[in-house]
Order: sequence, then structure tokens, then C-alpha cells
Amino acid sequence: MPANTSEYIMIMPFIFLGAAILFSIVIEISTKKSEEILPWLSIISFFIVALYSLLNINNQAVLFNGMMEVGGKSAIFNFIFNLGAMLITISSIEYIKKYGTYYGEYYILIQSSVLGMMIMAGSNDLIMIFLGLELMSICFYILAGINRKKLTANEASMKYFLLGAFATGFIVYGIALIYGAAGSTNISFLITNFSNLLTNIIFVTGFILFLIGFSFKIAAVPFHMWVPDVYQGSATTVTGLMSTTGKTAAFSVLIIALTAVFTLKAPNNFRNYFAVISTLSMLLGSIVAISQNNLKRMLAYSSIAHAGYMSIGLAAGNIDSIAGIIFYLAAYTFINIGAFSVISIVEGENDSRIDIDSFSGLNSKSPVLAALMSLFMFALAGIPPLAGFFGKYYVFVGAIESGLTWLAIIGVLSSVISVYFYLRVVVYMYFKEPIQNFQIEISPFALTSVIISSALVLIFGIMPDLLMNIITSVIKL
Amino acid sequence: MQENLILTYLLIIPIVGSILVLFFDEEQKSVIRWFGFLISLIAFIISLIAYKQFNPQDPQFQLIHKVLWIKSLNISYHVGVDGISLILILLTTFITPLTLLSTWKAIDKNVKMFTFSMLLLEAGMLGVFMSLDIFLFYIFWEAMLIPMYFIIGIWGGERRIYASIKFFLYTMFGSLLMLVAIIWLAVYASNQTGMFTTNLIDLYKVGPTIARSIQNWMFLAFFLSFAIKVPIFPLHTWLPDAHVEAPTAGSVILAGVLLKMGTYGLVRFCLPLFPQAAVHYASFISILAVIGIIYGALVSMVQPDMKKLVAYSSVSHLGFVVLGIFAMTVESMQGAVIQMINHGLSTGALFLLVGVIYERTHHREIEYYGGIAKIVPVYSTLLMIVSLSSIGLPGLNGFVGEFLILLGSFKSQVLNSWWYTIFAASGVIFAAVYLLWMYQRVVFGEVKNTNLFQELTDMNKRELLVLLPIILFIVWIGIYPSTFLKLTEVSVQTILQNISIHTFDFLK
Repeated sequence: MPANTSEYIMIMPFIFLGAAILFSIVIEISTKKSEEILPWLSIISFFIVALYSLLNINNQAVLFNGMMEVGGKSAIFNFIFNLGAMLITISSIEYIKKYGTYYGEYYILIQSSVLGMMIMAGSNDLIMIFLGLELMSICFYILAGINRKKLTANEASMKYFLLGAFATGFIVYGIALIYGAAGSTNISFLITNFSNLLTNIIFVTGFILFLIGFSFKIAAVPFHMWVPDVYQGSATTVTGLMSTTGKTAAFSVLIIALTAVFTLKAPNNFRNYFAVISTLSMLLGSIVAISQNNLKRMLAYSSIAHAGYMSIGLAAGNIDSIAGIIFYLAAYTFINIGAFSVISIVEGENDSRIDIDSFSGLNSKSPVLAALMSLFMFALAGIPPLAGFFGKYYVFVGAIESGLTWLAIIGVLSSVISVYFYLRVVVYMYFKEPIQNFQIEISPFALTSVIISSALVLIFGIMPDLLMNIITSVIKL
Repeated sequence: MQENLILTYLLIIPIVGSILVLFFDEEQKSVIRWFGFLISLIAFIISLIAYKQFNPQDPQFQLIHKVLWIKSLNISYHVGVDGISLILILLTTFITPLTLLSTWKAIDKNVKMFTFSMLLLEAGMLGVFMSLDIFLFYIFWEAMLIPMYFIIGIWGGERRIYASIKFFLYTMFGSLLMLVAIIWLAVYASNQTGMFTTNLIDLYKVGPTIARSIQNWMFLAFFLSFAIKVPIFPLHTWLPDAHVEAPTAGSVILAGVLLKMGTYGLVRFCLPLFPQAAVHYASFISILAVIGIIYGALVSMVQPDMKKLVAYSSVSHLGFVVLGIFAMTVESMQGAVIQMINHGLSTGALFLLVGVIYERTHHREIEYYGGIAKIVPVYSTLLMIVSLSSIGLPGLNGFVGEFLILLGSFKSQVLNSWWYTIFAASGVIFAAVYLLWMYQRVVFGEVKNTNLFQELTDMNKRELLVLLPIILFIVWIGIYPSTFLKLTEVSVQTILQNISIHTFDFLK
């Protein structure tokens, strides 16, 4: 059946962003002023797509012979991706110049990776998932090493590429096995026949390989080895993008792929898998983060721990916990982008000033920056009434509804541990005198992005319903 | 239902005040100080209006204001008071302006942020006492940690960082387990009644129906959180650090109000929500309370540092409160509520007085002083009155609370033994020992340290203005406690009646 015009209209945001990418390439080739034009072009296109997705949440449809799904939760995800990418792009404008690595492809790669994420979240077919994943990941591999003259960036890029390719291998192999067993890669088909297929050992093996591959992508223990080095070595804004929207995209796929498991009321062995990786991630992430002095590395371990909290929702697998994960992802995206943007403002040349020492006495240097950074730290620690708290709260509610009280208890215990290292940043900023003597040049763009993030963190904390009502209205199991 | 906005105004005033403070110029210190003081004074006046509107004969929660806040979780902004919460709200609004006034000289760095934190802290504490939704309660309970953390961490003593983190982590640990219990309770309610709810008034009906084995766990999760806050022996180790390192204002608020949040939580949540479990654990907790009374007193006795001495005396005094609560008789619980107020006033005043001489000499060691009666007679008199009140001399406030608690625990059916009372009573004697001994070493005798002649000056008008209102109430409660007892009597009876309904067969 040939696709009709209305289907092309439904995927307008994809076409629009694709066009923006092509247009950016043309600009990059044809004019020397691309450095001035490209960021704004990206910001505007991200903003338009984010807005479009937000307004079209209720236009749900399955398109192209069941290859893609638009509207509903994929629209929410698109909103998160684009808003996140927009904030990161705003922070990048000055940072990337200061960092001394302006290359035209930077913004184009960000745009392409976002397109990849959108395809992942909107796919209804394993092949589409794979396409989106590759588009996103390859852009990330390059972005991680965008500063080609820096050794650590090269290391990050190489490590990310090798391990990422390895994980993708798992996913492809899993998809192949699933196709071999089921005879289809269509997710709706797989969901309908899930209980029959579970008796097929080849299908189960394929599905497990698929889950393991995505456990790499969400940075869950024991598949987390790449995270600290990659997050530390990459440019700070790139880390901000990978750790938030990248994780969100991987979770969006897991939610799609596990829908069958969630709806199936029968005993579910995948629950144990997620319960185990979430326990390991929470504990390892929180405990190892304590001893980190490099803030980016600390946030990398914190990102592992947060993957653990979110996986609690996957283990619980009921409607509240899935809604909770999506809320959590949105909250985490804005908190983390804010935190990384603050780091990118304070950061100096050649990886200087990303140690916790550089933040000592920040309050006396820039009270605004210190206050906003503490806001993000408290939000990550899950102190109410900030967005991070509600993310955890919704997920814990889901867990307890599914009888996983023990997992919620482990979750809160590791939250207590994590409070220590988040507070440590606050301690340095407020309770200590400046150790290093340097002036902070606050770029107005980056500050804008930080302020928007903090406003979102506060708004979603005080009125979580604004976002939660949208999420619950479109989620069905 | 009749909506009454007075509590909401009371809550909003300090929040708005704290935001407005941010717009002042850091250099205008005295303007900021006056502004903070005035805001907290307005809050006090509003709480007095609330007191006027409150009807102590009505056993229901009053002055209720309820607005649906988070629809997806059925959480409401739901505030209201009974006698117990109202008296603690009054204590909070009474102590806060005095505390702010007391810091006019001591806090000279970052005055803006200090005033901001104090006002936010006041709002948090008021929110804790007036929430009728467990979730809302939890939010205030946690949010209040942040300003206190900054107060200890920025304006504290040498080991302030250690103390502030310890304070934060201890409280967080307990309260996060409570969070799991809160969610569990709400989910249980949704299974029972079909409605996911954290409304306290609804949960009062649901809580006692939980099976005993699970109820015990739920009780312990709540109890742990409150026990850390009180603090009950052996969870008290954060308290001396926090008190000693905090600036005077921090210590006063900590002792005056923050610790009461723990005991308030026991009365408001632990007992009515899980009555069977509460009765089950009553003797165990009372034993801890009695150990706390004696241990706190003994440790106080040997402290060389005045502030630490007062801090440990808190452990002892709060032990009385906990004993009073878990004896579960009208007398003992009335005594416990009055003792919460007493401790807020007396210990708050003791910290203020230690702060007064510390500001002048920068020494808190008892050894440094001696014979200061000759140098600062007014100060010495005030210290005498406050110490005697803390000891529990008849005619002053401490006596009323301790006597009622001892009387109530003596005839308590739940505890059913005299030994608690006998051991607890010894705590009163020890209190006399450690406070009078300190008083003797500091105030009487010859002046050994000649520096004191230059350093010490007697109380100035501002300091008198801070302490005299407290002393007024110390004497008032001591001579005519009915004013305060009447306010809480019906509420206490209601709570105990509810417990006895659910544990009737259990007690036999």
C-alpha cells in the first residue's frame, strides 16, 4: 500500500528537522558565516518541533504500514528531545568557541542525533528502532570526539564507539533472532503474539539480547563501563546532551519494546532482570560517585544511579510507573542540562576547573550561578518540592503498587547515599572560601539556558500535574 | 466546608518575606534585619488571630483550608489545626522573631541570605505543624532541611561542614524510609477504599485496619524518622554536633522548634495511624526514653562546653516528652505537649544566654568563666531563672510538664509498671546537678580570669527584649498552666480515645 499524503503530513516534524539538517549542510558549505547562523537555525528548528509535538500530542496514529507511530507518548518524547537539545545548543554557542573547537558539523550532528532519537521514540518496528539508534549513536560518537586535538576527547570517542558498537551488535543480533522466531519485526505483531512467542527459546534469547543492548545505552550496571570516561572526556555540552536526551531515547525504546511484558499479566521474568540491574545501578552509581572529585565524572556516576531509579519503573511495569519514568526522564533532562551548563560556564581551557575545588567559594564569585547549581544538586538528590523528587516519587508509587516495596527501599537508601555527594558540591560553593583564583565569564546565552532549565525544574516541582496530566492522558497499556 | 484562609496567610507571609529579602541591597544590613524581624512579627500576630478563632472545645481539626494540588496523586494542599498543632505554631511564631532579633550583632556576614533562610525555615516549620496531608507534611519536613543546612553550614563554628552534612544525612535517612511507608499507606488505602489518598483524616480510618504484622513495620518506618528528629537515644548523635556548631540562632530554632517536629510527628502520625503497633512498642520506646533521660543528664554533667551541656540536656528533656507520649494517658500526654513548649522556651533561652556571653568573649568553656555574678548581675539573674525553669522548679514551667508526665506514666495502663516513673524521676535530680553545678562554676566564686573584666558587659536592651518575653511565659506556664492546658485538652483526649477504640481488646 503506497503511503498517502496525510501520512507525510503526520510526520511533519521529522521532515522538518531533516530539512533543517540538509539546509544546515548547505549553509555550512556555502558561507563562512555559518558559525553565526547554524546555532540559531538549530535553536529555532528545535523550538518549532518541540512546540509542534506538544500541540499534537492527541493526534495519535500508526503510519507507513505500522512502521511508525506519531502523537501520544512519542510526541512527549519528541518534546523532551527537542527542548533539551535546544537548551544544550543555547549553552553551546559561547562554550564551543571558548573550547576552541568550532567545527561546522557540531550543530548539524546535534540536529541529526535528535532526528535519530525522534525516530527511536516514534518507531513501531524493530528495524526503525535500529535505524534511529544508529543515527543517534553515530552522531554521538563523533560529537564525543569533537575536539580532535584533545587526547581525552579522542579516548572518549574511541571508547564510546567500540563499546557502543558492541552493544549495537547485541541489539542487531537480538533483532535477527526475534525475526527468525516470529517472522516479523513489527512491534504490534510481536505484542499480540507475545505469550506464544515466549515459549520459543530463540525468541526469548533474542529479546534478552535486545534488552542487554539497551541496558548499555541507558548506562545501567553492569553495562556502564563506558560512561565515566566518555562523560568526562567529551565536551561538557555534548555530555549534557548524551546523558539526558540520549538516555531518554533509550528508555523510550525500552518502554515500547516492553509494552507486551507490561500488559501481560502472566508471571514476568523480565521484571527480575530490571530489578537486578536497577539495584546494582543505584548502589554502584551512588557509592562510587562519593569519591569523585571531577564533577563531570561525578555526574556520570550519578547518571548511572538515575538509570537505576528509572529502571525501578521498568521492573514495576504498571501504568503509574511508566508514566513515572517519562516524568522522571523529563525532570532529569532539564536538571542535568542545567547542571552541565553551569559546569560549562565555570570550565576553563584544557579541562581545567571541572574539579570540585574550582567550585569552592562560587557563591562569592557569582551568587546566581551558585544558587542555580545548588537548585540542580538538590533536585538531583530528590529534595521536594523540585522536579527530581516527583520523578522518584512517581516511580516509587509504581513500584509499591506492584509489590516491589523492597526495591523502593533500596531506592531510598541509595538516595540517602547520593545526598552526600550532591551536597558536597553545595558545601564547596557556599561553605568554603575560594581556593583557585579566577574570574568567571558568564556568557548570557548559557545563563539563559540555565535559567530556563531551573524554571522548568521549579515549575515541574511545584506543579507536577502540568506534565503528568499530559503523560497520563496518552499512556495506555 | 467552611474555608478559612488564616493558616494559608500565616504560611505565605514568611515565604513572601523571604523572597522580598532577596531584592534588598546586601549592604543595607540593618534594613534587612528590621524587615526580617517585622515579617516574623506579622506572622506572630496572624498566629494570634488564628488562636482567637480557634475553638478549643471542638475535637475536630479547625481553620481548614483545602485545595486539590496534584490531581494525578490525589494530593491536596490541606492545612488545619487542632490544639496540639496550634500551640506549636504559636511557639514557632513566638520564637522566630526573638531569634532574629538576637542575631543582630552575631550575624554580620551574608545578612541577606541569613534572613532569607530563617524566614524560609519558619515557613517550613509552620507547614509541618499545619499539614493535614501526609504528603504535604513530608514536603515541608524535607524542604525545611535546606535552610537549616545553610544556617549551620555558613554561619556555624569550626566543624560546621561536618555537622551540617551529618544533620542532613541523618534526617534524610529516616525521612526517606518514611516516604516509602507513606506511599505504601496510600496504595493500601487505594486497595481498601478505591482511592489513592494521602489525606490524613481519611487515613486515620484506614491505618488501624492494617494487619498487625505489617502495621508494626509501618510504625517503625514512621517512628525511625521521628525518633531521629527528636532525637531518641541512641539516634541522638547528630544533635550535639549540630547544636555546638550552629550559630546561636540556629541552636535556638533547632532546640526550640525543630526537635518538636519529631515529637509532634509521633503524636500526629505514629499513634493515631498505627495504634495497635504503638501500644505494642510502647514499653520498648519508653525504655529508650528513660535511658535517654538518664544518659542525656549524665553526659551533660561532664561537658566542659556550655553549649554542649545544653545540647545534651535536650536529649534528657525530650526523653520526658517521649515517655509522656507513649504512656498514653491524658495527663502524661498533656504533660508531653506542655513539656515540648517548656523545652522550646527554656532551652531556647539557655542557648540565647550562652550566645550572649559567647558573643562577648568567644569562649564557651565553663572553665573560662567563674564569678561573673559580680560583673554581669542582670545576666546572672536571668541565667538563674532559666536554669531553674529547665530543672523543673515548682512555680516555673518545667515543673508542670515533668510532673504531669511522671503522674501520667505512673498510672499508665499501657506501660503498666512503676519503674519507668521511678527512673525518669531521677532525671529531674540529675538535671538539678548538671545545671546548678554549671551555674555555680560560671557565676559564683572569685573571678579567676581577669580578661572577663574587660570582655564582659551586662545585657543590653536588645538582649533583654529578646529574653524577657520568654521569661514571661516561663513564669506564666509555671503559675497558671491552664491557659495552655485547656487549649490542648480536647485534642489529646480525642487522640487517646481513638487509640483506645482500636486497642481495647489488646490492652486486656
